Amino acid sequence: MRDGWEMVIGLEVHTELLTASKLFCGCANAFGAEPNTQVCPVCLGLPGSLPVLNERAVELAVAIGLALHCTVAPSTFHRKNYFYPDMPKDFQISQYDLPINAGGYLDLSDGTRVTIERAHLEEDTGKSTHLGGTGRLHDAERSLVDYNRAGVPLVEIVSGPDIRSPEQARRYAAELRAVLVATGASDGRMEEGSMRVDANVSVRRPGEPLGTRCEIKNLNSLRSLQRAVAYEADRQVALLEDGGRVRQETRHWDDGLGQTSTMRVKEEAEDYRYFREPDLTELVPSEAMVARVRAALGPMPAERRAALTALLGDAEATGDVLDTVIQGGLDAFVRAAIEEGIDAGLALARAANELGDAQGAGRLDVPAFVEVLARESAGRLSATQAKTVLGDLARAGGTADDAIAARGFVPMSSEALGAVVATVIGEHPGEWSRYVAGEDKLAQFFIGHVMKATHGQANGQAVVAELETRR
Amino acid sequence: MNALEIAADVRAGELSAVAAVDDALEAIARRNEELNVFVHVDREGARARAAEIDERVARGEDPGPLAGVPVGLKDNLCQTGVPTTCGSRILAGWRPPYSATAVERLLGAGAIPVGKTNMDEFAMGSSTETSAYGPTRNPVAPDRVPGGSSGGSAAAVAAAMVPVALGSDTGGSIRQPAALCGLVGIKPTYGLVSRYGLVAFASSLDQIGPLARTVAEAATCLEVIAGHDPRDSTSLPEPAPDLRGHLDDGVAGRRVGLIRELVEGADPEVVAATRAAADALSAAGARVIELSIPELRLGLSAYYLIAPAEASSNLARYDGVRYGLRVDADDVTAMNVATRTAGFGAEVKRRIMLGTYALSAGYYDAYYGQALKVRTVMIEAFARAYEQVDTLLGATAPTEAFALGAKVADPMAMYLSDVFTIPTNLSGHAAISVPFGRGATGLPLGVQLLGPARSETRLVSAAAVLEAGREEA
Ligand SMILES: [Zn+2]
Repeated sequence: MRDGWEMVIGLEVHTELLTASKLFCGCANAFGAEPNTQVCPVCLGLPGSLPVLNERAVELAVAIGLALHCTVAPSTFHRKNYFYPDMPKDFQISQYDLPINAGGYLDLSDGTRVTIERAHLEEDTGKSTHLGGTGRLHDAERSLVDYNRAGVPLVEIVSGPDIRSPEQARRYAAELRAVLVATGASDGRMEEGSMRVDANVSVRRPGEPLGTRCEIKNLNSLRSLQRAVAYEADRQVALLEDGGRVRQETRHWDDGLGQTSTMRVKEEAEDYRYFREPDLTELVPSEAMVARVRAALGPMPAERRAALTALLGDAEATGDVLDTVIQGGLDAFVRAAIEEGIDAGLALARAANELGDAQGAGRLDVPAFVEVLARESAGRLSATQAKTVLGDLARAGGTADDAIAARGFVPMSSEALGAVVATVIGEHPGEWSRYVAGEDKLAQFFIGHVMKATHGQANGQAVVAELETRR
Repeated sequence: MNALEIAADVRAGELSAVAAVDDALEAIARRNEELNVFVHVDREGARARAAEIDERVARGEDPGPLAGVPVGLKDNLCQTGVPTTCGSRILAGWRPPYSATAVERLLGAGAIPVGKTNMDEFAMGSSTETSAYGPTRNPVAPDRVPGGSSGGSAAAVAAAMVPVALGSDTGGSIRQPAALCGLVGIKPTYGLVSRYGLVAFASSLDQIGPLARTVAEAATCLEVIAGHDPRDSTSLPEPAPDLRGHLDDGVAGRRVGLIRELVEGADPEVVAATRAAADALSAAGARVIELSIPELRLGLSAYYLIAPAEASSNLARYDGVRYGLRVDADDVTAMNVATRTAGFGAEVKRRIMLGTYALSAGYYDAYYGQALKVRTVMIEAFARAYEQVDTLLGATAPTEAFALGAKVADPMAMYLSDVFTIPTNLSGHAAISVPFGRGATGLPLGVQLLGPARSETRLVSAAAVLEAGREEA
């Protein structure tokens, strides 16, 4: 950000809810089925059909609201009217002036707090595929619509305009995703579109009123979010410094080009003609239901982060490693390992790097994780081997014993290792002389050659020990 | 033949359902070309169902209280596989893959739908002249309209094609044609009959109800279709009321209010008929007082904002994408526009425009918002009246059946024919129209009995008194 400017960011996050059926009908809510196979008169909006609210969706919405410290209140549904082929009724049933959840907040690991204005229920639209042209509706030769997604329950979580940097925007979205997963309401998968983020970005001189904002769409990853917000803020500052004016508009993020571009300007924006949905009655969550949902909520990421931090004591852990572990739901692994006496730094590193953003824990269970790290600590697995086995277990599950045996990772006897070390020394007499003469950093050279000769099975520390006995 | 007699004879094995259906089909064949009552006749479906009913009777089963009774269905009620057009070109050829709850319940009671009746396009009209399939003529006087929008259902009963038919009432669309065709028509309490499978016009006002020649037939039909339905979130939680058991309750000791605003401006014959109905109720032991509810005068203007607003949203789905008419064009927006331009008639377009405007930013508060307030005021005014009396009495329509074409060019004049029926839709209450008296040219007139929510039992007993009084008069 250029000196003398401040960015103001608010995020709108849509998450699909993990219900068995859609928001207003009994059709399955599942990703990936053949197009237009999970549909019925209601979610196709056939004439005469009527919506009936899914109670499980309400419970999950309440769970999200409680996790975000919102007030859960009696609410109503409205119709948001606009024509679009992937919307079967040409209106979307959403919530308007009375959302089910309002007025909460989310605390981030960097100590900042982002307010939550509302988290309301609404139905998803179908999915359009545009063939020909640029792949957008206006110049397509043909458009295909899959209504399987139409009527899937969504909660839209609207933050206050509290976010001040692209980095904080990414942190907020990552922490919110972890909260959604922790409530059981969402799988948080941005790549499948089950969590979607839109960003409202404006810039101003500190202390001045809010500037004109642009809304950025098509942010399919946390990385896209951070890049897009940074790009957009820079664009607006450059425009203003050149004496221009920011136009209120919706902009499309192109991840390949790394830029935003105009999608539609405010003047073209639709008037949605919101009015109360006459086919649904007021939604009044009962105290008993709210209490039941509250009681069933597990610990949220902030709580788990505090618990893990306390356990780590003096151990070094940067905020990012800790966030990866907490947001990936890996803290139970780390805690169990530490309780078994494994070095906290090793446990954090293996959890964050091997199971973190890349793939998650998958089918790996806590006992297997602890066992692999215990063997690595005892020198019975090399670091390379431990990482390989963790990857195998995350993919396929099973016990540590079986996974290690399947790879043939038997610890080398000191005789066998000694023989390899002797051979390597014999092949590199010059380096050996320098090492003996005191050039300690050559240890790495020998370790590398021993690793190569043993296909990574040797333990680095054991190699150094062997070198020392021969020095 | 009366529906109850048919059902009794079919259940007793003295009349075959096939014969009853054939009678209906024959009556339809005789006059449908002249009157344009049915837009679709389901000959094969009806006869097959009738044969099934006869087999069940032969096996000793009881097919239900409407066994073998041919019924007409207004063409905005879905029946699996049977064309449903709502009187519109935009739904030409559409066959719903499911049946309305009310239709399912009729079938479950042994009734046999013989076809779909003509209606004003999307129920927007009071004369059945806005149908894309041509106007329906009044069987009593074929140069006159049958009323609307359920004019086809009214004409089907009045022409003795079927003994009962279902209509829908958003602003008077069952009661006004019932009055103009000399029939009984019931607009049930909002939520008493499930709207699932009724193609929506104005969702907060629409109710399905019966049209029949007698109170007993209409009450029996309503009992069959009423009761909670989990597929309609606005459906009342209670089961169907016992109406047949209250037909002979009489009105002794009942307090009835003759409402000034529900007769003012009506033809002198209509005013006289309503006063005569008041006398008949008095004679049967009711205490009749005259009441004024000035708020009812606000009903028409509130209705013509609320109903079009909801309709503008309900009718958005007819966009050419998924079903019904599609007029191809260069891009999807142009296709939407071309389809809707060709598919909707003038009255539907007028109301979509009106409703869209009423909901638009900058106008919402002054129009739609204001209309909602009026609706609340009217509900409160009704509540005050019902502290004084049990039942309200008024005219159903301000005139007898008018000539075909007389009001087509003057929407305001047309809208005024629902001025007495609209308040009950806005309040969500119950009302029944019963034939009573004759107009200047000798055509039938109707009077209306109104009651609070779930007052159908009281309304049918009062209507039965008027029915008997009319026969004696
Ligand atoms: Zn569905």
